[in-house]
Amino acid sequence: MDTKTLKKYFNEMYADNGAVREIYGRYGRWLKDLPDGTLERRNAEAELLFRRLGITFAVYGEAGEAERLIPFDIVPRIFGASEWQRLELGLKQRVRALNAFLHDIYHDQEIIKAGIISAHQVLNNAQYRPEMKGIDLPNQVYAHIAGIDLVRIAENDFYVLEDNLRTPSGVSYMLENRKTMMRLFPELFVKHAVEPVEHYPQMLLNTLREGAPPNVAYPVIVVMTPGSYNSAYFEHAYLASQMGVELVEGQDLFVHQQKVYMHTTEGPQQVHVIYRRVDDDFIDPRIFRPDSTLGVPGLMEAYCSGNVALANGVGTGVADDKSTYLFVPEMIRFYLGEAPLLSNVPTWRLSEPEDLSYVLEHLPELVIKEVQGSGGYGMLVGPTSSKAEIEAYRLRILAEPAKFIAQPTLALSSCPTLVESGVAPRHVDLRPFVLSGKDVRIVPGGLTRVALTEGSLVVNSSQGGGTKDTWVLED
Amino acid sequence: MLSRTAENLFWMARHIERAENTARVLDVAHRTSLLPLDIDGTQAYLWYAPLNITGCADSYEVKYGLAKADTVSHYMAIDPDNPTSIYSCLKLARENARTVRGAITSEMWEVINDTWLELNRLPKQMDYEKFRDFFDWVKNRSHLFRGVTLGTITKDIGLSFIKLGTFLERADNTARILDVKYHILLPSLNHVGGAADYYQWGSLLKSVSAFEAYQKTYRDVISPQRVSELLIFRDDMPRSLHACMDEVEDALRAINGHSGKEAQRLAGEQHAALHFGLTQDAFSEGLHEFLTDFLKNTALLSREIREAYLSRQDTTLNRQLTT
Repeated sequence: MDTKTLKKYFNEMYADNGAVREIYGRYGRWLKDLPDGTLERRNAEAELLFRRLGITFAVYGEAGEAERLIPFDIVPRIFGASEWQRLELGLKQRVRALNAFLHDIYHDQEIIKAGIISAHQVLNNAQYRPEMKGIDLPNQVYAHIAGIDLVRIAENDFYVLEDNLRTPSGVSYMLENRKTMMRLFPELFVKHAVEPVEHYPQMLLNTLREGAPPNVAYPVIVVMTPGSYNSAYFEHAYLASQMGVELVEGQDLFVHQQKVYMHTTEGPQQVHVIYRRVDDDFIDPRIFRPDSTLGVPGLMEAYCSGNVALANGVGTGVADDKSTYLFVPEMIRFYLGEAPLLSNVPTWRLSEPEDLSYVLEHLPELVIKEVQGSGGYGMLVGPTSSKAEIEAYRLRILAEPAKFIAQPTLALSSCPTLVESGVAPRHVDLRPFVLSGKDVRIVPGGLTRVALTEGSLVVNSSQGGGTKDTWVLED
Repeated sequence: MLSRTAENLFWMARHIERAENTARVLDVAHRTSLLPLDIDGTQAYLWYAPLNITGCADSYEVKYGLAKADTVSHYMAIDPDNPTSIYSCLKLARENARTVRGAITSEMWEVINDTWLELNRLPKQMDYEKFRDFFDWVKNRSHLFRGVTLGTITKDIGLSFIKLGTFLERADNTARILDVKYHILLPSLNHVGGAADYYQWGSLLKSVSAFEAYQKTYRDVISPQRVSELLIFRDDMPRSLHACMDEVEDALRAINGHSGKEAQRLAGEQHAALHFGLTQDAFSEGLHEFLTDFLKNTALLSREIREAYLSRQDTTLNRQLTT
């Protein structure tokens, strides 16, 4: 790929000639007729609403202040029905292949035997869990909930930036954003047939139910959180209450004869499915980190005996690693016999000498990421970094090249966004949430993340990004 | 209900009630300190009482030595280092509420959270006037919380645990106030009906909002026996031991499950003793002994409740799983 051709940004709302894209037609007319100051007023209203929700949901720090809420932007990001349909097919295909890959590497390892991916790449990965070898999971599903980060470069050009198969978060923002938009702009929802997303918790509940150990007629399902100090605690509490299941911490559960129980006021009650928002490393001090107080001693044993299901399964991290990412298109061909519908971003692996020398020569143009990193931490965005930053990063790379990958600086599409100076384009990405049970399901849209700083390409909430409601219009 | 949820509800209520009771005890000490007393070493006596009632005399002495008005007030009201200070109780109550946000109403959460935020805006040093305002504020916040709770929460098992926490704490506190005060006031037993009695027993009654109830009920001079009767055996006096145990028994009965049999038995036994007991028997046995027994039994009951419903210890579990 020629990085120069990517410099021109695609705008979600306006075509190159300045005309409003057809999908935004109605919204554009509505926006044009809007009396001055209306957006700003509604925005203030949205902030109030969110502060109130914040009172309901946000985590509070030791000093009693609310934790920073993720900023919400009131201009929606809109997809047409056919645009979305193509994405949906691609996402489902990708997640199917990723689950097939996980099943394979913990069983017969056909993909390694076929020489498509090296044994070293899989088995020496820190996220590969040998404990999972030979363990059969219901429906052969490992990643029940997947968050696939997509970016758009042009009208018909989408790339997968990253697969999140461990404990992807953000879905509560997707739901809250929609609720807020419907309150603020009911007239827009009259004008547009927007595909609903509110049934996500129900869909999640069905997915978890389908993932229960076989022969359990009425599985007891719980959401497991690291606790109220976790930054995503409100999402855990929110999903539990939306699904009508208990929100538990590790200390609420115990294992007795390879079965998991929760302590209730009526005595122990057996638990069959745990939607856990606790990382692998912390779920069982007997098997993983012995210093973890967030987990449940004996949980892995119960899990491996098939008495309890975990969502997501253990050991999914090996498939969403940035160095495994490279092989996903091959996985799709190998397991599904299909051509990949969604492309990967071209990626250089710095463990390869040729790639390494190319990347070291082109640092100012590239984005460098840590293979194990996430959340936008520890990455280098060449074009926006100072010489000193680049040189410092170069030393880090040289110390341990295999820890890094490089990608071209993508021209993320931009979407009109309300900022201090009015409505202006800001770069966006998209995280749809893909659910896998007996079937693969997805609510239309997902969470659109927006980089609120002008020119910034980093949308992560931990780096000052905001979110938008995402609309998929019905035909 | 998840044991941890029940535990947090129980302690949330207990901590709020404890904060209110501490405010009451200190308020009365402040009022009493204005009275001319004919007891030797008045000041020390007076200010040891609140420390003894809340059981923090030892830790106080380590920090401050002799019991004095300003340091005792500070230590028991707003000292974050004292785990039983009003400050600490309100902090813990908020912690409990925060972990079970889904199990309480948003109105309840707002009261608890606002209380905490306001508490942190208060000056770190207070004079006599400020302390009086502060105690009134604490009592009002507690009243508000109780009102909001009863006005908004579903009448289910969660409310039962809130009631358990509230009334066990209240019973415990009333018994302690009575015990400690009785001890201090004992020397004046000889001249019953004197002015000192009126003020001192009167202030005890005021500390549990029972002064008006006393006058309405007895329409006579204040006597130690009647005060004891009112605060122990009368079931129409909301802070009496009898009334508290009424509520505890009701709450336990409303909680399902087989694990609470022993707790119900203990509560029933204690309730029966108050329901059928006689004031003169309590006095002939010795009021101090009577109250000591009551406190011991309340502690037993609390422990049983913890083991039956709230505990997440393996020992209890194995017991439950095998039965």
